[in-house]
Order: sequence, then C-alpha cells, then structure tokens
Amino acid sequence: MKGRPELYTSYGQDMAFLNTRPKRAWSGGLVVVALLMPFLITDDLLQLLATGFVAAIGAIGLNIVTGFAGQVSLGHAFFLAIGAYTGAALSGSETGRVIGFGITSLPIWLLASGLVAALFGVLVAPVAVRLRGLYLAIVTLGLVFLGEHVFREWTSLTGGPGVGRPAAIPELFGVRLDRDNAMFTAAQQLYLVMFVLLVIFGVLARNLVRSRVGRAFAAVRDRDLAASVIGVDLTKYKVLAFAVSSFYAGVAGALLFVMNGFFDPGSFSLLLSVQYIAMVLIGGAGTISGAIMGALFITLLPRITRELPAVLPFISGDATGGITVFQVEAVLYGVLIIVFLIVEPRGLFGIWVRVRNYWRTWPFSY
Amino acid sequence: MDEFLQSLIRGLGTGSIYSLLALGFVIIYKSTQVISFAQPAFMLAGAVLVSYLSPAVSFLGAVLVAAVVIAVLALGVERTVLRPMVGKPVFVVAIITIGVDVVVRVVTNAFIGLDVRQVGDPWGLNTVSFLGAEVQQRYLVMIGTTAVVTVALFAFFRYSRIGLAMRAVAYDQEVALAQGISVGSVFALSWALAGGLAALAGVFVATGAGVDQQLWIVALKALPAIILGGLESLGGAVVGGLAVGVVESLFGTYQSDFAPWLGPNFGLVAPYALMLLVLLVRPYGLFGKREVERL
Repeated sequence: MKGRPELYTSYGQDMAFLNTRPKRAWSGGLVVVALLMPFLITDDLLQLLATGFVAAIGAIGLNIVTGFAGQVSLGHAFFLAIGAYTGAALSGSETGRVIGFGITSLPIWLLASGLVAALFGVLVAPVAVRLRGLYLAIVTLGLVFLGEHVFREWTSLTGGPGVGRPAAIPELFGVRLDRDNAMFTAAQQLYLVMFVLLVIFGVLARNLVRSRVGRAFAAVRDRDLAASVIGVDLTKYKVLAFAVSSFYAGVAGALLFVMNGFFDPGSFSLLLSVQYIAMVLIGGAGTISGAIMGALFITLLPRITRELPAVLPFISGDATGGITVFQVEAVLYGVLIIVFLIVEPRGLFGIWVRVRNYWRTWPFSY
Repeated sequence: MDEFLQSLIRGLGTGSIYSLLALGFVIIYKSTQVISFAQPAFMLAGAVLVSYLSPAVSFLGAVLVAAVVIAVLALGVERTVLRPMVGKPVFVVAIITIGVDVVVRVVTNAFIGLDVRQVGDPWGLNTVSFLGAEVQQRYLVMIGTTAVVTVALFAFFRYSRIGLAMRAVAYDQEVALAQGISVGSVFALSWALAGGLAALAGVFVATGAGVDQQLWIVALKALPAIILGGLESLGGAVVGGLAVGVVESLFGTYQSDFAPWLGPNFGLVAPYALMLLVLLVRPYGLFGKREVERL
C-alpha cells in the first residue's frame, strides 16, 4: 500500500478514528506541540490557554445539542452555572458564609458537576421536546434569567452578587494543582490537566457523534418529522442531546473558574450564552474540532484586542478617551458572528477545509 | 384596594411598553419568520436619541424624530445585513440579529457614557388621583398611547393597501410575490415599523428614571410576551405584553407576603416562569397558530 494512502482495503480502516495519514500527522503534531507549550511560553498565557481548553469543552457541549441535534439553546450559561456551583460547593470548605463539603478530589467533583447539570438538562428537555426552533431558543433564554435570579438570591451557595465564592479546588492524587510545587508551577499543572481533559472529552464527543446516536442527532436536526418517520425516537434523542450537552456544560462550568479561583453569580448572564453560541458559530457548527478552534479564538480575542492600541493609535487602552478596547472587543463579537455567518457559514473549520482541499490536490487545485 | 389598583395600573403601564416591543417582534416574525434580537438595541438607541434631541425640539418633537430615525436605521440594517440572508435557516438569521444588537448597543452606549441621561419628559414621577388611587401620570400616558398605536396598527393592516400586502406576505411569500407584491419592501417596512415601535417603547421606559446602559434588558421582557401570545398573533402580542406587565407588578407588590421563599425581586423574572408554565400546556402560546406539518 505504499504511496497510496487513501486506498482502503477494509471497512475498519475507513471507519478508523483518524482515517487518513494527514489526520494522524496533524493530530499527533498538535498534541506534541500542546504538551511542549508549558515549557515554551509564560504562565499568564498558559492560564489563558487553559481557560480556552475548558471553554472548548463547554463549546463542544453546546455544539452537540445545537450543531449536531439542531436544538437551539441559549441556555448554556445556566448549565455552566449549575456545574460551577456543584463543583465549588462539593470541593469548597465550609466557611460559615458559603456552604462546602470539602471533597477536593478532582475526578469526583468533576463527575458530580457534570451529572447534576445533566440532570437539569433532562428536566428541561420535556419542554424542548414539545417546542422547536425559535420557541425553544426563547425558553432556554428564560432559563438563563431564572437561573440568574436563583443564584443571586441563594447567597449561602453562591456568596451573593458582587461578592462571590471560591471556585472548585483542584486536587489530583493528593497534589493541589492550583499551587506551585517542586516540579511545576500552578499554571503549568492546570494547563496540562485541562489539556488532557479536553482531549478526553473531545475524543468521547467525536466518537458519540459518529455513532448511531450521532446519526440520529443529525437526522433530528435536518428534519425531525422525517427522522421520526424512519424510526428515530424523537423524545429519546432530544432528551439525550440535552443531557449530554448539559453534562459537558457542567464539567466546563466547574473547571472554568479554577484558574481564577473566584467567581460571582453575575458571570452567568445571557452574554456568556452568546459567547458560547459565538464559539460554536465562528468555529463551525456541527464539528468537534471547529468548536475547539472557536473556543480558543473567542478566549484569546480579548488578549488580541488588548494589543490593538499599540498598532492603531486611535484606540485607547484605558476606559477613558475615544474608542476603548472594551468597545472594540464587544463590537468584534457582533461583527465576527455576522461576517462568519454571511461569508463562511462553516466557520473556522470551513476555512481549514478549504485550505486543506487546496493543498491536497496541489498543484492541480483548480 | 388602593394598593391593588396602583399595582394594576403600574403593571398595565409597563405592560403596554412590552406590548409595543412585542408588536415589533411579531410584525417582523410574521413577514420574515425571524425573531429579531436587535429590538433591544433599537429601543436603547431610540431613548438615547430622544435624550439628545428633547432639549432642542421639545419632548414630543424628539419622540417623533427619534421614531422616524430609528425606523430608518432598522430599515438600513434589514437592507444591508439581513437581506443577503433571505432563505437561510431562521436560526442563523436570528443569531445575526444578536450580532446586530451587540454592535448597535455598543455604539449607543458610547453616547450614554457612565451617567444617567434624562429624556426630558413632562411627567417625571408626578402622580394623579385615579379612581381614588394615586397613580403615576406616565403610566396612564403609556396605556393611552399604546391603545392609540395599537388601534392605528390594526387599522393599517386591515384597511390600507400596504397593510394588505403585508398580510399577504405573512400568509404566503411565494404567492404574494406572484401577485406582484414586492416582498423585499414588505420586509424592509416591517423592520422599519418594529424599529419605530421599539424607539417609542424605549422613550417610555426612560421616563421617570432616565436612560442608562442597562435599559436594554427591559426589551427582553417582550420575549415571554410574544411567546405567551403566540408568535403569529398581533392581538396576542398586546395581550401577552399586558399580562407580563401585570404579573410582574403584582408579584412585585404581593410576593413578599405570599411567597417570601422565592426571594426578593422575583417579580422581575416571574414573566419567564409564567412563560414556561404556559408553554408546557400550550406549546404554541395562547393565540398562536398550531402548525400542521407534513413531509
């Protein structure tokens, strides 16, 4: 088979997780680069990347329900919040001001956060099963507002608006990941753990969507009536989509604030939901790698705009004169969503596909 | 009893704001099958514009000018951003309107600054005695204006040629096109109408307390209103808006006595809870059209 990399001689070969040589090379290369990063770049950048990886887990979750199963959810912030508070409450210590159970082992509270969020996803799903399209979008939007209210008022859990509470405490095999130790700094440890988690959840999601379940999701997305005619159980798969998506959101929510160590209930507003929608749309709806690209892009965007004043002198770096970076940043979200949806509906993933296809047949790419 | 009446009038007053916004949502939805999430931004822009104009051309003049300017702005947005997206999935278009909303709002916020701007309305927080209860004048004005606007809108749709064209497009775009109706201008006109209504609503929200950067959140209250009423129903939008206003106000007044465990300010989110309950029973809203589907 030498020199004929795209000749498949067995079904298993064709259906393999990484079925082409370039895919294997790229994936391997990216993993190696990502693993080398902690030794190449500074801690604050590592922290940012780690946040990006966590956001990517959340974006994959949203992509499962919105991109694959076609159920538009503006309520992702709500599920992120559920995860964040489950994780924080389980791992935190009882302080008298906020509740905590002191279970600091990361795998335990991470799993619990995901499961609690998934439970809420299942509770919401019956409404979703009866509704579709924009009705569903607005109902999930209502969920965000109801959640915000509960988290604002339930101060023994959340610490109350403007005050907040410590985030979940990451401890793995007895090592506190958020503290420097002899070998690694806190940022390096967290970066590596978040990267490993992203790989795990990414591979799981990829395997889910290319299985029977994933095909059922796609059928529901493309035309739910037709899907039910060919025997896809709509209720089952819509509930499943919400459950899996919420699980991912719960996991991401629990991890999201570990890097900063502190968060308050104001974080889980509609804006957060819109950010995740932006990640999915800019990255490419209905692709796992797209969701990861989109999440990293949106997470790094503030960092990039902060560099702008040096390049464009009419943008000011602080909150006072003229156009501020914060305004540019907010406008960019809006503009990027619009531009991507009009010009490249498949998002960053679509751009990558075009680049790939160009080089694949080069120099015969006409 | 006085307390109840005050609360009811306040609810109907804010409810009429929601009705105006909901009418805008429904008009856009009926002609283009899209929910425009840009309405909050247009509402904010309208209020800000009035706050700048009213010292120069009196409050009433400012409101009229602002309504027209925002209508033109909305029309422009439709023409440049939304028109290329005709025929794309509704979700994509709805997300684009979120993008529009963000952009317009950030630009508008730059004109607000950090302080609260006054719109210069003649009512302020003055009260008047109404059926024995002291109610704020502005609520009565809101109710009255909304009634007039609603009647005018219904008459417009019922009796004018353009209104007929808009109803035809709402009924079936292709057939309307075949009858020689310019569907494009109907789209543009419905955005303009919605923009004007949003601007008017924005001014009403800003009476009393003034305009700040958080004003736009109010517009999202119109979403439970349109869902309650059903997305296709203009009458439903008005009823839904009033219902949301009244529920919010009554909860604000009485909830601390009856259900303190819900926490203070539950009134602000009560409309969303109401929406969830109604949707569980009637997935198409109270007056919405039950869709008949076929493959």
